[in-house]
Amino acid sequence: MLSRTAENLYWLARYVERAEYLARTIDATLRVTALPAAYIGKTNEWDSALLTAGVSASFYQVYREANEQNVVEYLSFAPDNPSSIRNCIENARLNSRSVRTALTSEMWDTINSAWIELQEVWGKGASTREELAKFLRFVQETSLRFDGSAYRTMLRNDAYWFSRLGLHLERADNTARILDVKYHVLLPEEEHVGGPLDYYQWTSILRSVSALTAYHWVYRETLKPWLIADLLILNDSLPRSLASCYSNLVRNLDQIGVAYGRQGASQRHARGVRNRLAHSHMDNIFQHGVHEFIQEFIADNSRLGEIITRQYLI
Amino acid sequence: MAITFDEMNGSGGDLRPAYRELSRWLKETPPDALEYRRQEAELLFRRIGITFAVYGDAEAQERLIPFDVIPRIMSAKEWSILEKGLKQRVRALNMFLRDIYHGRDILRASIIPDDLIFQNPVFRPEMNGHDVPHDVYVHIAGIDIVRVNPEDFYVLEDNARTPSGVSYMLENREIMMRLFPDLFARHRVAPVERYPDELLSALRSVAPLGASAEPTVALMTPGVYNSAYYEHSFLADKLGIELVEGRDLIVRNDEVFMRTTEGLKRVDVVYRRVDDDFLDPLTFRPDSALGVPGLMSAYAAGNITLANAVGTGIADDKAVYSYMPDIVKFYLGDEPILKNVPTFRCREPKDLSYVLDNLSDLVVKEVHGSGGYGMLIGPAATKATIEAFRDKLKREPEGFIAQPTLALSTCPTCTSSGLAPRHVDLRPFVLTGRDQATVVPGGLTRVALQEGSLVVNSSQGGGTKDTWILDE
Repeated sequence: MLSRTAENLYWLARYVERAEYLARTIDATLRVTALPAAYIGKTNEWDSALLTAGVSASFYQVYREANEQNVVEYLSFAPDNPSSIRNCIENARLNSRSVRTALTSEMWDTINSAWIELQEVWGKGASTREELAKFLRFVQETSLRFDGSAYRTMLRNDAYWFSRLGLHLERADNTARILDVKYHVLLPEEEHVGGPLDYYQWTSILRSVSALTAYHWVYRETLKPWLIADLLILNDSLPRSLASCYSNLVRNLDQIGVAYGRQGASQRHARGVRNRLAHSHMDNIFQHGVHEFIQEFIADNSRLGEIITRQYLI
Repeated sequence: MAITFDEMNGSGGDLRPAYRELSRWLKETPPDALEYRRQEAELLFRRIGITFAVYGDAEAQERLIPFDVIPRIMSAKEWSILEKGLKQRVRALNMFLRDIYHGRDILRASIIPDDLIFQNPVFRPEMNGHDVPHDVYVHIAGIDIVRVNPEDFYVLEDNARTPSGVSYMLENREIMMRLFPDLFARHRVAPVERYPDELLSALRSVAPLGASAEPTVALMTPGVYNSAYYEHSFLADKLGIELVEGRDLIVRNDEVFMRTTEGLKRVDVVYRRVDDDFLDPLTFRPDSALGVPGLMSAYAAGNITLANAVGTGIADDKAVYSYMPDIVKFYLGDEPILKNVPTFRCREPKDLSYVLDNLSDLVVKEVHGSGGYGMLIGPAATKATIEAFRDKLKREPEGFIAQPTLALSTCPTCTSSGLAPRHVDLRPFVLTGRDQATVVPGGLTRVALQEGSLVVNSSQGGGTKDTWILDE
């Protein structure tokens, strides 16, 4: 297939995944900030929302203060934030138009309808909490529909695999970023467990990766920070965990390798990261520093993006 | 002006036979049901993303072309005349192009003045002496047809470069079949859906002689911002070929390749929807970012077929158009089946002075214009516009032709005040491959939605209709 087509499919999936992640982040932050001050402590949750979205620096070039109104506007609708939800959907549609021939009609319909709704219903943003909730639901449903229609209707060939690569790479990046911003509340040293403050932070983290219910099923325990870290980093059965993203990346890259009859740098690199995750235990990770571990992962993950680009997309 | 000929009701109000069933159906169908279907059609178009970009209109970067749900119907007999005429005309166009870029018999016979060819900016000296496979230059032609009475078809314009609109022929049919299954059941409408297959086999049949038995065809688009981008992606999809942009192609040793995830892949035929000027920055416009450096040298080496060929603009130039009846006679020895609209060549002093004296009755067109841009419709124009045009004409008479205002036929159309006659034209598409020419029975009917308006171009607010050719 054309390199440009593969590139567009890859980015299309990334943009859709990013839009959903932003919607979840806003949703989780709204829930935490709705709690009485005593429960959430002094950290500015809107600031950490910006950090997990990776747009803190550009935000402060436009705004002075991170509060609900500014951050929601910036993350959701701002045309000048290149990774606002609005721009993610715009970019997803632009990419879709460029590769219409590689998309199934269900996938195109999902993106095109979302784009039309974005303009016709959300052109002016959301003016009330109810509207915002509706908007966030719309974004998450778009992503679910897109993902589902890709899964159910695409031929299992390189077009599908490249789109999955974009999805899992973006997803790994998003989960890692939450961990990067919030790792301090997951440290086991602070074992005054059950303080209301941390408890709500933890639920918030789990919510933004849609893993709150999963946690209870996996551990059958009250929330424990090291278990949350274990779930998000090492548990292969949680779709948004780093381990699961890398299992998928390795599999999709292998499928491409088999189809093309050739392996390369991206297969090797992805396998390396996957093996490191598979052989890690939370004890070791905590010993060597969660923060360092996560930062290294983020760097590895973005390196994989560069290698895939060089090997296939240009 | 004579009484306008109506496709359904003729000139005297007698229902024409091809419309009998439609007329009955219209009487049975309540008007709000039609309106409801119209809205449904619009929704479908928007969801499928069948849009059209209008240049210089920032507000509506992607616009829907209005779709009228009342079909335009022709009988098999009418179509068979038209089909013969179209094939004849396109055959002559191809022979003309072969001649112009080789022996130039037609110039030596003084049928066409030399300077009309050699001074023409769309004449491509690069093509002199260059052989194209099977002498086919115009693989895809869109011939704009109008009629003013039941008997005669007039060619309004030949489009021999990169004619567009065929996606509407196909999509309009899809949508009509979805919305009006009952109406279809009551007619025997010739299908249009084999167009993509015919196109692909025509394109494959003209692959370079050295190409493999399964030549690789790609469709080249200027990109997502082009006004006809939807059509490009639609066709690539229907043909099952790659939709490439200039940056996806690379020339090595005079051979053309696409960049793929598995490395470079050889391309044999490019169905290009990019104008000559932008094909290759090394040969044509150096500032073009759309093209492929070296493409023309691969072309000259005979390693790639471009469809349509380079330099076909000389055949659809509006000044050359005026010679078409002579061109048909010169190459084929037959009388042209399709008529030409009488045309005044402003480059000739006698014609110019007539045109200047009668501007308010004439339609004046730029010789190289298309899409209805830069056109004067005398009877509908204000005095100031006419005067401005007069100046342009005097300054550069060779840039214009003029024609009498034709009373284009009308067809019943949904309007805000119910069904009413609106002027229509028809663009059928003629495919030419190695062995044969084909015309899929149908075409794009364009309709001027404003009452009395004669401008059907989509860039000027025209709409489209499904075109039905009835099987006997």
